[in-house]
Amino acid sequence: MFLDEFIIYKRHGRQSVPDLRSVELTPLFRGRPVISADITTEETLKVAGLCPTGAISSAPCSIDLRKCVFCKECQFALPGKIAFTNDYKMAVNSKEDLIIHTGQDHPLTLDPGKIRKEIRSLFRHALKLRQVSAGGDNSCEMELNAAGNVNFDMGRYGIEFVASPRHADGIVITGPITSNMAEALQICYDAVPDPKIVILAGTDAISGGVFAGSPALDRKFLEKYPVDLYVPGNPVHPLTFINGVMDLMGIPKG
Amino acid sequence: MKDEKYIELITLPGMVKLDEIPVLDYGGFSELVLGLLSLESNHCLNYFVVPFPGKYKFICCIGCDERKSVRVFSHEQERNEKLILPSLSCNHFPLHIFEREIHENFGIDFSGHPWLKPVRYPIDRHDKNRIMDNYPFYTIGGEELHEVGVGPIHAGVIEPGHFRFICNGEKVLHLEIQLGYQHRGVENLFVQNEHGVKKAVLAESIAGDTATGHAVCHAALMETLGSMAVSGTLSLERTIALELERIAVHIGDTAALCTDIAYQFGQVVCEALRTVVINTTQSWCGNRFGKGLIRAGGTHYPLTPEIAGAIRKNLEEVRERYNQITGRIFSMSSVLSRFEGTGKVTRYQASLIGAVGMAARSSGLKRDIRWSHPSPAYGQLNYDPVVINRGDVWARAKIRVLEVEKSMEMVFQFLDLLDGKSENTLPVYKSDLMPDAFAIALTEGWRGEICHCAVTDEKGKIIHYKVKDPSLHNWMALAIAVRGQEISDFPLCNKSYNLSYCGNDL
Repeated sequence: MFLDEFIIYKRHGRQSVPDLRSVELTPLFRGRPVISADITTEETLKVAGLCPTGAISSAPCSIDLRKCVFCKECQFALPGKIAFTNDYKMAVNSKEDLIIHTGQDHPLTLDPGKIRKEIRSLFRHALKLRQVSAGGDNSCEMELNAAGNVNFDMGRYGIEFVASPRHADGIVITGPITSNMAEALQICYDAVPDPKIVILAGTDAISGGVFAGSPALDRKFLEKYPVDLYVPGNPVHPLTFINGVMDLMGIPKG
Repeated sequence: MKDEKYIELITLPGMVKLDEIPVLDYGGFSELVLGLLSLESNHCLNYFVVPFPGKYKFICCIGCDERKSVRVFSHEQERNEKLILPSLSCNHFPLHIFEREIHENFGIDFSGHPWLKPVRYPIDRHDKNRIMDNYPFYTIGGEELHEVGVGPIHAGVIEPGHFRFICNGEKVLHLEIQLGYQHRGVENLFVQNEHGVKKAVLAESIAGDTATGHAVCHAALMETLGSMAVSGTLSLERTIALELERIAVHIGDTAALCTDIAYQFGQVVCEALRTVVINTTQSWCGNRFGKGLIRAGGTHYPLTPEIAGAIRKNLEEVRERYNQITGRIFSMSSVLSRFEGTGKVTRYQASLIGAVGMAARSSGLKRDIRWSHPSPAYGQLNYDPVVINRGDVWARAKIRVLEVEKSMEMVFQFLDLLDGKSENTLPVYKSDLMPDAFAIALTEGWRGEICHCAVTDEKGKIIHYKVKDPSLHNWMALAIAVRGQEISDFPLCNKSYNLSYCGNDL
């Protein structure tokens, strides 16, 4: 009987990704986009009309990752001019940094000046987060769960999701924030002791995504509190989330 | 045709001109519905109201397993604040959820309805005085009893919903589930957005864990309304994506069931296997949930021979290892003692509440769109669903294991049928749809039957879009399952169904 377990154990092997900073995802993964410097206004207008969330602006051309749902339709329409790279490190703490301009091809990073001092001093070695799904479609939630699973194992850095907001150092919001969930979100936030951080995970949370403008949403919460980390994605990839949080905490390497 | 009581759609997804749907008086309608539904091989796929100026059109779609068809008929009522219709739920309980939905949206009263409670508190509900805070919970008096409220925010990283238990000691007498927290106004967005890409992305976000299932259903509907032909290759590729989604979720659920009974070894092994499957989907289309893969008319991501090879190789590996670990899981007495007999829903109960999909099949009720209304791809295989008669957590865990095996076999067969071919048509985002039409599409997602319906106006613009996720029916199964159980077994029962909150709330 225990022999079975041993055989499975041997076969299972070591599953955790050794270095979460240097994983190379499949080239097809839709991460940080790059816009060619020679894109014309006509081309920009063509893809701007194609974009389901109005993430593409013209004159000059830019892609707003706050709104982008990573459907890649713009790249399919203009191959060679727009390319989604497999760079999953897209989390930032300054939301303007999520606007990708023409010719811009450098990794997205956090603005160190904007990181509150107490965050690193208090949470660097143990960060407990309460997740609130406020209209999330369960794909972001599953990816956040996966961030703690046997493969990604963010627990190795002391980053963990907890059940009670009283035990948490901050909240991670997924979903466009529905009216029906607005009150519960507020109660949960209030229950987290100070100082606390707010992370928006996924395009739906950052801008409402494909639901933006729906009367069933109530995003007033976001007008009231500062956001410490924006993690784009549809859904967020576990590596995007973990790398973002590690950067916020100032955790150097695996 | 004019004398017929219903119009029968033999090929699915199906479309019919709106004025060809027979309009019956309510008496004739009731008689026909109840007559058809007296046979277990018929069940109600959808029953909803389309509001027109001055009138409500109630469209009913009954699925017929024997003829592999859908029968569509309707009744019309004047728009009236105080419209009261005799409820049909008293005679056929599975209709209860449709009548509740209609009542909530339009204020139409169904006299004699046993449980006319809110479904999801939509933003455009008829009665704005009905708010989340004053949900009319069922109560039982008595000093011996106590109530336990859980949610909307739960302990884990999951979607929100509120569960209200009435307990006698540790024993659950009654559970009532209040949903609606996830309501984003999906159906209205389908009507407001004429943007084809936006509709496709929206379909993938109805329930992100069933992105492929809903996207396939939506694409089929758009293709029907847009008179687009779908090649056999594309149909096969989509079906492979659907089965990959099913395999991944079922393996993930096996892990989660192990978590809930504190069997960590089973959990971590299955978690790692799920990763292999969703990463296979990612290597096909760049997204672990298959978002972006399914589009109307064609695809941006053809299933190339290299990807087909990777799917085959990875699935063979996962199959062997999954068999190993599930063999172990289902032979451990400590696992079996938690699974067996827990959260039992009998076949009779399942048919009474109109359970669909896996929830029905694990209670001995054969409900599977792949079998009853197969798409051309499934039609080639003579597929016969797995059915288990026990209805407990064990059955819902076991059916996942058996369905993973069956789905893998199917994927291998589909890959053989593809034989190295891959789809080379690109997506088509049509805005000129068939005018004045009604269309219906069905897909068996991993939870069960997904049904999308749309109605267009004289200009071919969508004026009504109706989404039905299987969870709409199956939440009642969870409420029934925990009756008489220890309240501490609730998480296990909940996980064993793994229902969708956003799929219900829309």
